[in-house]
Amino acid sequence: MAKELRVELVAVEERVFTGTAELVSARTTEGELGVLPGHAPMLGQLAEPGQVRIKQAGGNEIVYDVSGGFVSVTGEGVTVLAESCAPATADAKH
Amino acid sequence: MAGQVRVLRRRIRATRSTKKITKAMELVATSRIAKAQERVAASLPYARAITGVLTALASNANVNHPLLVPRENVRRAGVLLVTSDRGLCGGYNANAIKTAEQLLTKLREEGKQTALYVIGRKGISYYRFRGRELAGTWSGFSEQPRFDNAREVGETLISAFVAGADDGDDHAGADGILGVDELHIVYTQFKSLMTQTATATFLAPMQVEERTTEEHGQLLPAYEFEPDPDALLDALLPKYINTRIYAALLDSAASESASRRRAMKSATDNAEEMIKRLTREMNSARQAAITQEISEIVGGVDALAAAGSER
Repeated sequence: MAKELRVELVAVEERVFTGTAELVSARTTEGELGVLPGHAPMLGQLAEPGQVRIKQAGGNEIVYDVSGGFVSVTGEGVTVLAESCAPATADAKH
Repeated sequence: MAGQVRVLRRRIRATRSTKKITKAMELVATSRIAKAQERVAASLPYARAITGVLTALASNANVNHPLLVPRENVRRAGVLLVTSDRGLCGGYNANAIKTAEQLLTKLREEGKQTALYVIGRKGISYYRFRGRELAGTWSGFSEQPRFDNAREVGETLISAFVAGADDGDDHAGADGILGVDELHIVYTQFKSLMTQTATATFLAPMQVEERTTEEHGQLLPAYEFEPDPDALLDALLPKYINTRIYAALLDSAASESASRRRAMKSATDNAEEMIKRLTREMNSARQAAITQEISEIVGGVDALAAAGSER
């Protein structure tokens, strides 16, 4: 059974997204990071400007532009902390 | 007599329109409280997450970060005071300023110099009028603070704090900026709709709770860090201070609206009472005027009748 990740994306002023996903990918200051269920606990600082991609079951992908962000992976799921955060515009997608 | 009635009528009309204004302000403040409380609730997930991350970091990293270690020799203390931009909110500003003054007196008694930073036009004009020097001022967002406002304030405070590290007793250090060695914040805590208390707390250096495995009986996750823990702490701590300031701003905004609602409610109640009293006074004056007129007519008729019978 494929486990799912619990994903939480919180900006300072509000919670932006909560839900489950198969894969969360982001770029930290050290390099590209993909988080699958069962990832080891980690803390990372996101690169500026950064994008967080949340791939949900069924192939649906949600992309957010994030600035001033951190990512925290624990046994329970992934938390992305952002200073500001907005849904990515279509032309910003690679 | 009729003149008195007219004066009373005019006063009633004036009081009534004042009441309309205070009633409207009361309603606006009521809806602002609800909105402010929503924003406090919306900011909680982030605050909780960043606290969790910091706790995890502090347990793993070397905690000799300048923002965490109390300085041995505190010469200058910075105080950030949060007040409102507009008045008509009861004792809100007076209480905040009083608490700040108490803190400043205490700091001075401990032999520290003080630097005062003020948010909100009311606080700024209070100190400007008294000719006191302010290290920094911001205004225009007390009722609806955004995170950008908090960040602006936070950056100024943190740079002052960092600049304070190398200062001498009464001269600036190598960087030429007279900084501060500790930071306090005075804001109004929103306890309930009826109670708001002005409080003073430490902003920096801050205490981070370190968790160890023994205390909690459960294994702490062995975190991986990208980049290394110290660099992460460097990036995270200023953000945490900004979050604290933002939370204080939101709390103050809710308190401000609550204070204003209470002040406007009692103003409306008083206006109502005054209208009632004036109406009574006017009615009795009118009644007196009528009675007098009747007795004058009756007196006149009697006089005429008496004059007629004599003839």
